[in-house]
Amino acid sequence: MLEIKNVSTSYGHVEALRGVSMAAHPGEIVSLIGANGAGKTTLLNTISGMTPARSGQILLNGVEITRLSPEKIVNLGVCQVPERRQVFATLSVRDNLTLGAYTRMRGRGEPPIKDRKTLHLDIETIYAMFPILKQREKQLAGTLSGGEQQMLAIGRSLMGRPKVLLLDEPSLGLAPLIVRDIFEIINCLREIDTIILLVEQNARAALRVADRGYVLETGRIVMAGPAADLAADPAIQQAYLGKQGR
Amino acid sequence: MSLQTEIIQFLLAGITVGSIYALIALGFVTIYNVTGIINFAQGEFAVYGAFIAITAFQKSRLLSGNWQVALEWPLPAAALVGVVITTLVGILLYRLAIQPARRASILSMIIITIGAAFVMRGAALLLWGTDPYRLPVFTPGPPLKIFGAILTRQSVWVIAVTAVLLVILYWFFNRTLTGKTLQACADNPKAAQLMGISPQRMALLAFGISSAVTAIAGIVIVPSTFMTYDRGLTLSLKGFVAAIVGGLSNPAGAVLGGISLGVLESFGAGYLSSGYKDAISFIVLFIVLAVRLGGFLRRRGSAGERAGL
Repeated sequence: MLEIKNVSTSYGHVEALRGVSMAAHPGEIVSLIGANGAGKTTLLNTISGMTPARSGQILLNGVEITRLSPEKIVNLGVCQVPERRQVFATLSVRDNLTLGAYTRMRGRGEPPIKDRKTLHLDIETIYAMFPILKQREKQLAGTLSGGEQQMLAIGRSLMGRPKVLLLDEPSLGLAPLIVRDIFEIINCLREIDTIILLVEQNARAALRVADRGYVLETGRIVMAGPAADLAADPAIQQAYLGKQGR
Repeated sequence: MSLQTEIIQFLLAGITVGSIYALIALGFVTIYNVTGIINFAQGEFAVYGAFIAITAFQKSRLLSGNWQVALEWPLPAAALVGVVITTLVGILLYRLAIQPARRASILSMIIITIGAAFVMRGAALLLWGTDPYRLPVFTPGPPLKIFGAILTRQSVWVIAVTAVLLVILYWFFNRTLTGKTLQACADNPKAAQLMGISPQRMALLAFGISSAVTAIAGIVIVPSTFMTYDRGLTLSLKGFVAAIVGGLSNPAGAVLGGISLGVLESFGAGYLSSGYKDAISFIVLFIVLAVRLGGFLRRRGSAGERAGL
């Protein structure tokens, strides 16, 4: 399980996270919702080591990962799908997927990939999930549509066989129909028995797909609970779901 | 000599010199793509490669004659040692000067490389003095004749070595996992880090590859031209102009840039005056920067835009 204990993170003198504590278990999807600048992305970046925590602890299955380098954290199975997808635009779709398995091919991640055949089978598994990527296999990732790039970014992370999957705004900038597809995919990811943290502006969709949710406000967790309860909460409906309070 | 022969002659001479510029430009591009740094110590690698190979090949008097070295290794071994030691120098440059400053701005790191170039030049002056050095041609024999124009055997070596290196580098960057990893770092360093790729290790590798390629350039030209401790600056500038013409982030562009620069210089020196040879590079640089800041073959979304260049 992933445990976050009293974590604070700051950019210079600006505190972005103030004593955040939370936990997540394999097989569950946990949504983090909140306004712009509430600290959602910072929380993901703190977990992945890109923006190290100033204080507090982050434990993955009881092992502290708080101040490890991003590379070491990836080796331990924490994979982030960054905001705005960040695919390798000048590399082919297949190469993008291959690089997703980088730690495993270097024998640092679990389970290691020792030969071309294993790699090929893993890539085929991703193609089975996202058939469109197989059609685009040889194309440069930069030529894909936004939705396809998002699928590639998710597929690339899955190539690392994540124990923790951090999804940062997967619906950002996508057409509503595509957003629905992406959330359907996220719903299916539950079956791979991974800890999934989902950061979303689209609170309604995020709470619909999630098991539990946390609400962040100015770097603090102000509310937590089963996703359905949060979605039914009048204060949340008013602030994040665009419904008028009674 | 007929006009046609003359043109072919200048062309061949230009391609030979241009191959060297192309290799140095490739060195620039490799480091630039992965780190965003323009390494102005690039030309020094060519000087070191040549000097070390010469020292291993023939009896040499280093440190103003206080240190006699008589290794007298065969040429291939001497060349190999020149490349290997220069590669280590490149790696040390990164570990000692660039990596400790990794939190500094790109501009600061570029200035560090200028400082490093001075240090390397000074060290070369101390070790090898101001004498010009030369290696014998790799394969002695009469020059080849192509449509009446003359191509020395060493020129053939220069062009062939450049071509082989290009093929190897192409294969390495596009067919091996490590090469693709380097490309990924150049493409999107943050995403690369999220894949578990260490940007520092990749930068180290880029400095290693870059210094090796440039050392090879230094070694293959030194039978046809004298090498002195201060040639690094000119070589850096020529390679830099070639890289800029090629768009700075594009390896194929760097090669084209290098060869066109060599050809242009050769024609300029032939038809105007050899005194203008160096001026031509800078006129080219000026025109490229004025007309099209990004060079002619720039890749989009590249490290250049990150570095604000």
